[in-house]
Amino acid sequence: MFDVGYMIGLMPVLLGYLPLTLQIATASMAFALVLACLLAIVRVLAVPGLDLVVRLFISFFRGTPLLVQLFLFYYGLPQVIGFLLAINGITAAILGLTLHFAAYMAESIRAAIVGVDRSQSEAALSVGMTTGQMMRRIVLPQAARVAAPTLMNYFIDMIKSTSLAFTLGVTELMGATQKEAAGSFRYLEAFLAVAVIYWVVVEALSVVQRRLETALGRAYRR
Amino acid sequence: MIAVEGLVKRFGDRTVLDGVDLSIRRGEIVVVIGPSGTGKSTLLRCFNYLERPDAGIVRVGDVTVDARTATKAEILALRRATAFVFQSYALFANKTALQNIAEGLIVVKKVPKREALERARAILDRVGLGDRADAYPAALSGGQQQRVGIGRAMALEADLILFDEPTSSLDPEWVQEVLDVMKSLAESHQTMLVVTHEMSFARDVADRVVFMDGGRIVEEGPPGRLFSDPSDERTRGFLRKILAGQGG
Repeated sequence: MFDVGYMIGLMPVLLGYLPLTLQIATASMAFALVLACLLAIVRVLAVPGLDLVVRLFISFFRGTPLLVQLFLFYYGLPQVIGFLLAINGITAAILGLTLHFAAYMAESIRAAIVGVDRSQSEAALSVGMTTGQMMRRIVLPQAARVAAPTLMNYFIDMIKSTSLAFTLGVTELMGATQKEAAGSFRYLEAFLAVAVIYWVVVEALSVVQRRLETALGRAYRR
Repeated sequence: MIAVEGLVKRFGDRTVLDGVDLSIRRGEIVVVIGPSGTGKSTLLRCFNYLERPDAGIVRVGDVTVDARTATKAEILALRRATAFVFQSYALFANKTALQNIAEGLIVVKKVPKREALERARAILDRVGLGDRADAYPAALSGGQQQRVGIGRAMALEADLILFDEPTSSLDPEWVQEVLDVMKSLAESHQTMLVVTHEMSFARDVADRVVFMDGGRIVEEGPPGRLFSDPSDERTRGFLRKILAGQGG
């Protein structure tokens, strides 16, 4: 029946694909963070014109399923935009994850920025900082502390969402499992094995998350 | 030359500053008193454009800003010629006491970091907090936070320091230490414009006291004369009330 030996034996094989999964996740997260900050700043400053575009962007990428977005980038867009023909599954996955999660994270970051007390920005301006200096030196670092737990949750969600890349033909953790299972017909063992791997990775990240929160909260303890 | 001319500020249809003219000599300590809601804080906040006036001219040092034509660059120059001490301290919550003072030097005045930290340390000593350099604002008492706030303003070596009710948020036990720091600053001939309800400070430290009511300057003069022989009925009424309250 349940083949424990097969499952344990499969682990090292699957773990070989974990680096690719983590690479897709961290690359997407890095791009998404930068993009989300830019989107959030446009929203906070209500930049005329741009603000509307950003709201439309956020609305679309939050309002449609990630899988649909991935298919759009991988299968759909190359049909109309020639240079994307060369897009491979990994690139499409990173693109889709980046845009999708940037849309969510932008809203969290915006809320965190708005939540920084007004006196902080007034103080920054009063010492003669420009708006840019005020954002970089005073507002964003304080907003980061507020947004960090939420952003870490998105990162965790992102790691799990990389599994959708297998639908674009990428042999990452999920894709590899699918192949192994299809070869051995031991679906339960294979998918249980991959579930355990995701679970352990996410739990490890939760530890990092708690440490990060402690570190970021250092300035605010009485 | 430090002055405002014809300063007007409205919030909606409420006129908070109704044509204020005030000039301050270099090294002068001017204290603004008056009932709450008469535009004292707004006057200060218009001085460095935290509040943009609807009309009027602000001059500090060689910066002149006309409300009708004020550009971003002019406003920045004005803010760099002034410093501000907030009622709520408003220390940078993500910076230590030392960093709060050094921040303006490093970011705005482009002083090399080492030198900025050295100067910040000297200022911390001056405000009596040399031993709390690495404490974050959340770990400091109100009085300590406000002394750092004054230190942050001092570090900028501004032509004018604006004090917006610097002791009003403090527990009574911390008021004196903050006033003492302000007194020592006054003795170093720093030009100061101070909104306060501390009449003893006004009497002992100010070169000139300005009484505001209803968005206008009602009367002004040396504290000796203004306190003993106010010419306007509103000034008399205000002083009677507040001096009774402070037992003075």
